[in-house]
Amino acid sequence: MAMSGMRGLSVFISDIRNCQNKEQERLRVDKELGNIRNRFKNEKVGYIVTSCMLNENHDFLRLIINCVRNDIIGRNETFQCLALTMVGNIGGREFAESLAPDVQKLLISSSCRPLVRKKAALCLLRLYRKNPDVVNVDGWSDRMTQLLDERDLGVLTAVMSLLVALVSKNYDAYWGCLPKCVRILERLSRNQDIPQDYMYYGIPSPWLQVKTMRALQYFPTIEDPNIRRSLFEVLQRILMGTDIVKNVNKNNASHAVLFEALALVMHLDAEKEMMSQCVALLGKFIAVREPNIRYLGLENMTRMLMVIDVQDIIKKHQAQIITSLKDPDISIRRRALDLLYGMCDVTNAKDIVEELLQYLSTADFAMCEELALKAAILAEKFAPDLSWYVDVILQLIDKAGDFVSDDIWYRVVQFVTNNDDLQPYAAVKAREYLDKPALHETMVKVSAYILGEYSHLLARRPGCSPKEIFSVLHEKLPTVSISTIAILLSTYAKILMHTQPPDPELQDHIWAIFNKYESCIDAEIQQRAVEYFTLSKKGVALMDILAEMPKFPERQSALIKKAEDTEIDTAEQSAIKLRAQQQQHTSNALVVTDQRPANRSLPVKVPSINNNAEANTADRGLTEVNGTLSRVDPQSATPSADLLSDLLGPLAIEGPPSAAAPDDQNLISGLEGVSNSSDALALAPLEEQSNSVQPIGNIAERFRALCLKDSGVLYEDPYIQIGVKAEWQAHHGRLVLFLGNKNTSPLVSVQALILPPSHLKMELSLVPETIPPRAQVQCPLEVVNLRPSRDVAVLDFSYKFGTIMVNVKLRLPAVLNKFLQPISVAAEEFFPQWRSLSGPPLKLQEVVRGVKPLSLPEMANLFNSFQLMVTPGLDPNPNNLVASTTFYSESTRAMLCLIRVETDPSDRTQLRMTVASGDPLLTFELKEFIKEQLVSIPTPSPMPALAPPQVQPTIPATGATDPGAILAGLL
Amino acid sequence: MIHFVLLISRQGKVRLTKWYSPYSQKERTKVIRELSGVILTRGPKLCNFVEWRGHKVVYKRYASLYFCMCIDQDDNELEILEIIHHFVEILDRYFGSVCELDLIFNFHKAYYILDEILIAGELQESSKKTVARLIAAQDSLVETAKEQASSLSNMIAHATK
Repeated sequence: MAMSGMRGLSVFISDIRNCQNKEQERLRVDKELGNIRNRFKNEKVGYIVTSCMLNENHDFLRLIINCVRNDIIGRNETFQCLALTMVGNIGGREFAESLAPDVQKLLISSSCRPLVRKKAALCLLRLYRKNPDVVNVDGWSDRMTQLLDERDLGVLTAVMSLLVALVSKNYDAYWGCLPKCVRILERLSRNQDIPQDYMYYGIPSPWLQVKTMRALQYFPTIEDPNIRRSLFEVLQRILMGTDIVKNVNKNNASHAVLFEALALVMHLDAEKEMMSQCVALLGKFIAVREPNIRYLGLENMTRMLMVIDVQDIIKKHQAQIITSLKDPDISIRRRALDLLYGMCDVTNAKDIVEELLQYLSTADFAMCEELALKAAILAEKFAPDLSWYVDVILQLIDKAGDFVSDDIWYRVVQFVTNNDDLQPYAAVKAREYLDKPALHETMVKVSAYILGEYSHLLARRPGCSPKEIFSVLHEKLPTVSISTIAILLSTYAKILMHTQPPDPELQDHIWAIFNKYESCIDAEIQQRAVEYFTLSKKGVALMDILAEMPKFPERQSALIKKAEDTEIDTAEQSAIKLRAQQQQHTSNALVVTDQRPANRSLPVKVPSINNNAEANTADRGLTEVNGTLSRVDPQSATPSADLLSDLLGPLAIEGPPSAAAPDDQNLISGLEGVSNSSDALALAPLEEQSNSVQPIGNIAERFRALCLKDSGVLYEDPYIQIGVKAEWQAHHGRLVLFLGNKNTSPLVSVQALILPPSHLKMELSLVPETIPPRAQVQCPLEVVNLRPSRDVAVLDFSYKFGTIMVNVKLRLPAVLNKFLQPISVAAEEFFPQWRSLSGPPLKLQEVVRGVKPLSLPEMANLFNSFQLMVTPGLDPNPNNLVASTTFYSESTRAMLCLIRVETDPSDRTQLRMTVASGDPLLTFELKEFIKEQLVSIPTPSPMPALAPPQVQPTIPATGATDPGAILAGLL
Repeated sequence: MIHFVLLISRQGKVRLTKWYSPYSQKERTKVIRELSGVILTRGPKLCNFVEWRGHKVVYKRYASLYFCMCIDQDDNELEILEIIHHFVEILDRYFGSVCELDLIFNFHKAYYILDEILIAGELQESSKKTVARLIAAQDSLVETAKEQASSLSNMIAHATK
């Protein structure tokens, strides 16, 4: 029976498979839906297939909304169920807008059977997630209160899920539901009048209990003392009455309830007694054998850390938690690591960090990076004395060099430089590590740096004469990479300087090395070799120039920042989660990981940029280390500026042509960089630091990226992150601004003003004045495009954090190309159109010079990314490019635009461009727009190896926020 | 909420998937590939939760089949674990000691049952009896529809003879 029952389905599937194109496929599905009307079986098949094969973004779904609506409002219960299930599982925004009222009616209708109503409840939940506006809060909150009186537990479970979603966004409207929830909990926990069907292994519907307690956690507090008392009675009963039993399922179910009760107790800020009871329970859990309970025990203990009073009690379990760090299960190990990290403070830092270090040698690959970072942060945060800190970091590099990012070793160098007492100790340690066989390259870097600066402090010890130190370092040179060689060369120069009186043999040896590297293929190394060689011949002047590095200004640890950033990552995850729930386009899980590599690659990129900085700053160091220029002989003193211009000069000319036309942004900061460089370097970052709040990342870059995609981060600083998600349809747009508070205290006086250009009608919904800690608010912004223009809307955004007032003006990515829709035009349509639009003002032609050179495919990509659809082969000349698009605005409606670009293969920096459309203004604006894009094309990724002069200028900016970069700059 | 449900055999064959969050076809394949790599390699005495890309995957193995559900980080893991068991018990009751083959040959039934248990990634019905009753009612509707159809076609066949 089963097989024959499926025949229709398999025919349908094979038909769909055989379809040549989308059109056929759609016809076939339409036909199937036609069949659906005839017979129940097929209707079922149709719905099942639709919900299995399509996801909510499929265009086809729009076509069937009406069909589905007829089923929902129809009288046939079976069809109602099928339709509700389908919408509940794959319904998107369009469904939400057109079906929500009908679904709401079903849910509250007294004539519907429970089986329809529970489906309606969850269907409404889905629609609400897709678009919260579909539920009108005023009318609905009373309905929800009534719905909680439901006798049927199936319906009640579904309604409770709906309530959780509603209160998670807006608890304020649903206070009336609170007493009802407590009553439901009481009823369940006392097992009053619960049908046998809803007992699960002897427990009255554990799911409903969990959901009810979850809903209660969204209310900030419970004022009414009576309700509070009855709730605490229930919670107390759950806490006391749950035992570990043999039956796995009973155990799981009862503990699901228990852990939710724990969360609720924590949320309600219960009395200390109850809290310690909770911690005691958790302490019991983290010691049991059952892995699930242990995992959850650790997880909830980490959450418990937020409650201040209980930290001491948690510390008593330290030994047990450390045991879990060695558990065979990586999930449990992760939890244990998180918990240890969270509970670490001055009193137990030494123990915990040592445990982490010990574990590092056996830890598996997947955890090492996190482990190393966390150990480094804890060591820095809670170091009882600094020598211990140096020990820890060096051990860390030794044991897990691959997982130690540059930030970590930059940081240790900063500490050593700033603490005179620490310097000899660090030098001894570095020297000791150099005797080890098979040294990690990071260790070579850090020891080379430290010994270069401070090896003279060790001169009397055995094995520490300049010559010996030089030879032990030089042994490593053949095996290390370019960036380390650069550091080694600096170290050699320093050793040379410290060797007084000069040792001719050593001198000759080092000079020979400099000589050898003068012809190195790497420009950075070459430059260092040449300069150090010349400098070292200057005799006494060398002493001043290569003197010890000045102290670093105190600043926030890059590591802690990094850890905060990873926390923001998670904050962003929930942002993405919200976005995905509310809208459709991308899956949340995958978006998260797509973003991650970008974040990860940052620390990797930094050093390569820094290498260029080193070249630059090496010279600054020469003249500036002592702060006075007069003492250095005039030849090298005046060149302070000259040297720089020399440095930049030839490179700028010889640099690759792609880098020859920097965009404005870089040029400006480049000038700043040059002018800054004549000031004392160590001071520059200080000044910049005192400058209130620095944005994270390049705002212009972010804006440019958002012009090409529809979601991403618009602005970020240490306190707030503003994300944007946009949807565009013809001349309408809907942007949602996600304002995320990154801190544990609220942002106040939040104000967002839109300054729209005249061609855009923009309406920003209300922006709350306060953003609670770690919360994210969404502000939808409706955009209507009235006519073509390249002007850009500006968001004037300000907020206050503590005493800091921040105000930024941000360009909004509601740009011309967002109102374009690519359209492919065949030759037979194109040419008549092209000819009919003859001459100005409808057709404009211009020869554009100074274009950033691009190959044809690159240019085609660029066009496509701006929604200008390139049609290959339309133009007989292979060097030309023809593109078409539709522009939408209120004045022009949908307007076809045609573009032709004629390039000159012998000179890629110029081209002739012709733009045609039925509207003179549009033609002009589009032409100018494309021109702007062609002349300044955002570099997709910096080319660290090749692009020296243009990358350098950005360094002052990076340096200000990243101590590591400054450090590398000073090396 | 549950973002998706996956049934994977020990050999890594996918037996059932249900997506409550939008994933494109490409992403789906990627998710399945990645998760089977993580979950199938886990030893028997470990916990039933895997942290994966900012989400958690709750899984449980029944005979040769792994039932996996992906949830948000702060969702209640044990509750989901018991939803899995609830689903399995209902399958078991419907098929009479269910095995992998039942799900292969009657995959549509498995989907109907899942649709009666979950909608929008949330639990719809926690009573096994109610679900069983609804599925039985659906089955009988299919039967009548089929009978009607065949009697109709018989009549047409007679008439046109």
